Amino acid sequence: MVTELSVESKTVAFFVTCLVENIKPAVGFDSITVLEDAGFEVVVPLNQVCCGQPNYNGGDRANAIKIAKNVIDEFMVFDYVVIPSGSCGGMIKHHYPQLFADDVAYRDKSEQLATKVFELSQFLIQVANYKPCSVSQATVAYHDACAGLRELNISDGPRQLLKGAGVRIHELKETESCCGFGGTFCVKYPDISAAMAERKVQDVLSTGATTLVMGDLGCMLNIEGKLQRDGYQIQVKHFAEILAAGVQQKAEKNC
Amino acid sequence: MEVTSDKFIPLSEAALADDKLQSALGQLSGRLAAGRTKGVADLPEFEQLRGEARDIKNHTLQHLDLYLEAFEQRVVEQGGSVHWASNESEARNIILDLCQSVGAKRVTKSKSMVTEEIDLVPFLEANDIEAVETDLGEYIIQLRGEKPSHIVAPAVHLSKDQVSETFFEHHRKLGFNEKIHDRGELVAEARQVLREKFLAADVGISGANFLVAETGTIVLVTNEGNAELTTALPGTHIVVTGIEKVVPTLEDASTFIRLLARSALGADISAYTSFITGPKRQADGDGPDNFHVVLVDNGRSEMMGSEFQDMLRCIRCSACLNHCPVYLSVGGHAYGSVYSGPMGAVLTPQLASLEKSKHLANASSLCGRCESVCPVMIPLPKLLRLWRDKEAAEKLNPAGMRWGLNLWSWLIGQPRLYRITTSIANRVLYHWPGSSDGFINKLPALAGAWTVHRDLRRPEQGTFSEQHRRKGRKRV
Repeated sequence: MVTELSVESKTVAFFVTCLVENIKPAVGFDSITVLEDAGFEVVVPLNQVCCGQPNYNGGDRANAIKIAKNVIDEFMVFDYVVIPSGSCGGMIKHHYPQLFADDVAYRDKSEQLATKVFELSQFLIQVANYKPCSVSQATVAYHDACAGLRELNISDGPRQLLKGAGVRIHELKETESCCGFGGTFCVKYPDISAAMAERKVQDVLSTGATTLVMGDLGCMLNIEGKLQRDGYQIQVKHFAEILAAGVQQKAEKNC
Repeated sequence: MEVTSDKFIPLSEAALADDKLQSALGQLSGRLAAGRTKGVADLPEFEQLRGEARDIKNHTLQHLDLYLEAFEQRVVEQGGSVHWASNESEARNIILDLCQSVGAKRVTKSKSMVTEEIDLVPFLEANDIEAVETDLGEYIIQLRGEKPSHIVAPAVHLSKDQVSETFFEHHRKLGFNEKIHDRGELVAEARQVLREKFLAADVGISGANFLVAETGTIVLVTNEGNAELTTALPGTHIVVTGIEKVVPTLEDASTFIRLLARSALGADISAYTSFITGPKRQADGDGPDNFHVVLVDNGRSEMMGSEFQDMLRCIRCSACLNHCPVYLSVGGHAYGSVYSGPMGAVLTPQLASLEKSKHLANASSLCGRCESVCPVMIPLPKLLRLWRDKEAAEKLNPAGMRWGLNLWSWLIGQPRLYRITTSIANRVLYHWPGSSDGFINKLPALAGAWTVHRDLRRPEQGTFSEQHRRKGRKRV
């Protein structure tokens, strides 16, 4: 049975994403810490896997549809679904309904699911009205990940949360330029992808910030990997990591 | 249309290694995007205009036959004629016949991407007609035997010094013995050379930015004034353009004019916007006696009613090129097509063949910036994905990629097996040898393409699922 979206509901289903699952689970646990701090109970549905974006972008629409149906069936029962990635979030919220142009039943379901799916910063602001504890002294640069920025219109939200946590932000000159990750693009056209990452690295360096923050693990791994290869000691973090660090200090700061 | 898009990888590698090109692209990337941002900020109703422009084009495309016939009728009423070319060879032959019918030996051309698309200039020259490009950028690349690298700024890939060399090489025989380096002097020299060409031309060939159905007017948007000399001085003016350029009314054309230069350069309006309606009238001081419009289909009507119809809204402003991180990395020539950047990647498979241009839709990170700046809201990433679908359906993409995606899809259809597999992969990567400080610097196979240019963060010990279970957290 489908549960109606209600503001009273305090349970959130967490969509882990492939890269958090396999490379940096800490981002997932930090996201959960923040969601719990915002007063929500977080559950992690067992049978979740991938959102199907590699297939969707790789010309494999048939399998993308199959995968999307599984995700829809797995997550439909929850009131809220929160994803620590604008890319996977954009796939489910923005692209799923387009996959089912010829399948009325699943188009309806996908549109219904889209109303419950939130990228982490959107959920914290729009639903949880989350006010982080202002404990950070950090000065960071912020990168707008493309899918979040253009498919979900995420721009001010993460900045607002970071500033609320006490972080100062040095804006990049080309904050809306792609870092060159692009899913399989980065391994299909590695030289072009690297040239794009190089421009992003130079932009980050020109801010003088020693930490770069964003909301998508794909871009993080790409920019961080390029910074590391080129020998730059710049920390690359998901905004959930910064917010979770604030939660840990909350008790001592009494906020 | 001749394309070399199948050589995208070697062409893009060469482009990335070309310091002069990279410096030219570096200048382009900041300038045009920043210009547009400012230009858009100056016009509060810009977003609303985008929606109106999209709707005007959609409406016109829905009734394309009606508006084209109306346009033809108005042109004929003014004393001009309209010629219909279903493909590029028909278009070339119609234009050649028109030139030969007035005994033309010398033709001047203003900038037109459709004439590039149909390879017109080499064809006229093979038929003993001298055809001179008069747009400065087009003139430079014509001297160099190159194709345009950008739909609005065709010589944007060249530095001032390269232009200086080219002029010295070609203008020496005209008596210009000094190599000049000053930008203004280079322009003045080109102007002197071209002035003779304008005066001697028998036929002037132009493109058209818009065709106005209600009046039979063609609208030309330029910045150099060369189109005005091309169209007004010779006895015959031939307009060559695509069938999708028609708009219903002058009012509609003005909506696009407000968007075009702003999207391209951030300018309010271009230096010249000319409205040309028919041949010279009795009271006119100048203008051509003969006025012809060649309307080229060349694959466009096939796009009507197809999933690519949205692409026919394109007004060739170049905003998508100017904001595309791939275009700004490799430049236009790597695309191997006169149409480059995101619009070229969508259009080229349609105008040439998918097999020859299969790289183009894939060489995109799908960042979506092109769609966000497009003045007529073409969903370019969606159209690139559709080409990817077609490639896969026709098995034009690498077999390894198809198998890989099938395997991935099969694996994630079985969550338990997926968790076992990723748990093994996690252990392998966690213990991967030969790297330091939390990063892996060399991986085999496809993952090796990642570590050519960057390191990979060593994964944490245990996947999220394993750690979650260890923590005894709730799973449902």
